[in-house]
Amino acid sequence: MTQKYDVLVIGAGPAGYVAAIRAAQLGLNTACIDKWLGNDGKPSLGGTCLNVGCIPSKALLDSSHKYDEAKKGFKGHGISVGDVNIDVPAMLKRKALIIKKLTTGIKGLFKANGVTNLAGSARIVAAQQIEFVDLEGNTEIIAADNIIIATGSVPIDIPVAPVNGDTIVDNAGALAFEAVPEKVGVIGAGVIGLELGSVWSRLGSQVVILEALDDFLPMVDQQIAKDAQKSFKKQKLDIRLSARVTGSQVCGDQVQVHYTDANGEQEITFDKLIVAVGRKPYTDNLFDDTLGVRFDARGFIEVDEQCRTDVANIFAIGDVVRGPMLAHKGSEEGVMVAELIAGQFAQLNYDLIPSVIYTHPEIAWVGKTEQQLSAEGVEYNVGTFPFAAIGRAQAANETTGMVKILADKTSDRVLGVHIFGASAGDLTQQGVIAMEFGSSAQDLGMMVFAHPTVSEAVHEAALAVNGHALHIPNK
Amino acid sequence: MSIEIKAPSFPESISEGTVATWYKQPGDAVSRDELIVDIETDKVVLEIVAPANGSISNVFKTEGDTVLSGEVIAEFSAGAAIDSVEHKTKATTPASQQSNPSAVTRVATMASFASPAAHKLIKENHLDSAMITGSGKAGRITKEDVLTAIAKQSEVEAKKSAVVPPAGQAGVSLNAGRPEQRVAMTRLRSTIAKRLLEAQQNAAMLTTYSEVNMQPIIELRNSYKVDFAAQHDGVKLGFMSFFVKAATEALKRFPAVNASIDGQDIVYHGYQDIGVAVSTDRGLVVPVLRNAQGMSLANIEIAISHYAEKARAGKLAIEDMTGGTFTLSNGGVFGSLLSTPILNPPQTAILGMHKIQERPVAVEGKVVIQAMMYLALSYDHRMIDGREAVQFLDTIKDLLEDPTRILLQI
Repeated sequence: MTQKYDVLVIGAGPAGYVAAIRAAQLGLNTACIDKWLGNDGKPSLGGTCLNVGCIPSKALLDSSHKYDEAKKGFKGHGISVGDVNIDVPAMLKRKALIIKKLTTGIKGLFKANGVTNLAGSARIVAAQQIEFVDLEGNTEIIAADNIIIATGSVPIDIPVAPVNGDTIVDNAGALAFEAVPEKVGVIGAGVIGLELGSVWSRLGSQVVILEALDDFLPMVDQQIAKDAQKSFKKQKLDIRLSARVTGSQVCGDQVQVHYTDANGEQEITFDKLIVAVGRKPYTDNLFDDTLGVRFDARGFIEVDEQCRTDVANIFAIGDVVRGPMLAHKGSEEGVMVAELIAGQFAQLNYDLIPSVIYTHPEIAWVGKTEQQLSAEGVEYNVGTFPFAAIGRAQAANETTGMVKILADKTSDRVLGVHIFGASAGDLTQQGVIAMEFGSSAQDLGMMVFAHPTVSEAVHEAALAVNGHALHIPNK
Repeated sequence: MSIEIKAPSFPESISEGTVATWYKQPGDAVSRDELIVDIETDKVVLEIVAPANGSISNVFKTEGDTVLSGEVIAEFSAGAAIDSVEHKTKATTPASQQSNPSAVTRVATMASFASPAAHKLIKENHLDSAMITGSGKAGRITKEDVLTAIAKQSEVEAKKSAVVPPAGQAGVSLNAGRPEQRVAMTRLRSTIAKRLLEAQQNAAMLTTYSEVNMQPIIELRNSYKVDFAAQHDGVKLGFMSFFVKAATEALKRFPAVNASIDGQDIVYHGYQDIGVAVSTDRGLVVPVLRNAQGMSLANIEIAISHYAEKARAGKLAIEDMTGGTFTLSNGGVFGSLLSTPILNPPQTAILGMHKIQERPVAVEGKVVIQAMMYLALSYDHRMIDGREAVQFLDTIKDLLEDPTRILLQI
């Protein structure tokens, strides 16, 4: 039996499922193949993001944040609570429920849009043909005018700390500890390492994060990164830079880690070790080199700026191609490709993709960092504004952090918005919108921002760019 | 496409001028015919307008500089203002020299900045963003602006010719054997009537005549008409293209004939927009060939037949008929041997062409039969003196009798 589709998407993560929905909205006969099975052994749409990434980590971050607030923050408000305890299984149950709701939601969206959902694995055997193997092992050839590869990424594993799913885990394992470990080690002080480290630290673990690089969060504006580093230290996240793991040994239900730092060789024992050193594109068994789809030097599928591979009518989107490995970038690439296939003009603005780190306070940014502008020789003005000077932030006891806006010195055009603070992720979106319209710092300074909101920090930082913030003295 | 902006050929007594005011800066989105710079001479201020949609890419003479007749004062880049990306982003946004083409090409100056949705619509509808007025903050183009532009475009295409004759009030007076019918003038006809009257009343109108030996052009046509049609997709080589070319060449040499009167000012146009009078059922309409000086014979023929078709279908737009620096009127198609064309205000001259008729003509003491055409140049004596008018007409005659002169521009 051979089926035929206008568009066939391989992978139902945020890139793939969005591409499928958009293609269907545009009237294209679309199918989406996905092989992810949930903990119950049943197909679970949404890829890494929904199942073991963005969503579950946010669920645990919020649960642990509330626990932390109850334990430490309530007192300041005059609220006394007795013993605050965390029921980890209950916390994990809530997480599982959220995942279930959202992945079921995608199933519903597929149905509503007429996307054919096929559970199983896919292999591209020709430019417009894939071999599909369903969960029972039945094979069939499916023809499609257009194929969109959205197979995503997997964690990078390092030989010095091989994941065993028990004492040494990756992000999936780190989201499923059945009890709060006493001592947690994290290899990698990137986004995932910081977030997962935060969760267990709040819940009571002693957390040590080992980072091989000398710099903390080099892709973040360094002024913001330094501010965050200080704050995390206060939160008792022990972040050790220039620490390169050289080996590990599992001893019973603990793991001993050897690393070298500026002072020489070190050794430390953990109950759990989380490996969070990055992710790599996943294309195992997807196609062979006779197909004509190329890889780039780093193993991502080579595509042009409209996500086309070397083979006409085969596209690739999301974590499997170049660019920031972010769900929303994958999703918008999915929209772009669907619209291109439908004959529309579509081009993603890769310059204005926001990033968020969901520690507390959050770190979020869009556009250029100060160090990037300096390296490029661009003359700029800076405006910063601390949340401590924002009434709403004071009222909420969320005074850590700042908004930082970079603008071109000549044209005053906003070039970068960097925020460290509660709700940084949401606030940064204001920067994205303004920058999409070529806003100047003055433009932002001229708009009316509601009071009292934390958004006012964006307004004031914009005013500060041109030297006239109202609620702090200007230098 | 790069066009040279030159100071116009100054009238005889003027040797140099001064750049008075630049109304547009390099990079500003400019529409065709929009005023870009004033050049002051002793006698008159000459306006230079944009030759096309686009923007000034380079200015060679700034305000206060002296310019000579015909000197290049600026370079103009035709087409969407945002096409000259490198230049624009250097001038306004030095930071955005990015690898990502989409972000950069959307931004030139704020006046042609298009929002993401607007940009998508512009691309999909193959529009020229320089032609769209931005109503957003600081002139940014919003989605709404593009939708409006698209609607306007289809409206213009669907629009019938400017005046639709209202139903006439017919009445037949009963007078046996001497019937009369009273019909109200159509709007078009009454407008034509009004303008003709105006022209006669306001201008000191005179007509001077000449005759042209059309033999050389007839022979040229006969020799090349097959090849011409083959080369230019079936377009026929007519007479009008030669007349337009001869006219534009002569107009360059006699700027006064190409000028118009505006109140107390004389406006010298640095381009030749030739109106070609077309007779339709409803009356005479004069669509304009823009920048005819730059058009090839084939393009002129195509444009004229295109206009004629539109005129017959009643689909000429106002934009097609406004402007014009000189008009050609061909009474010959109806058999007129000689006539006095009326000026098409605010133009100061009009050339009437007539029937080509074989006549005996004295050539070097002998009588020969030649295909001759009478030419009539009506002109506004307030603006053009007799000598100029005659010399202009003679130039046209010379160019037509020896078409090689058109090619060589001598």
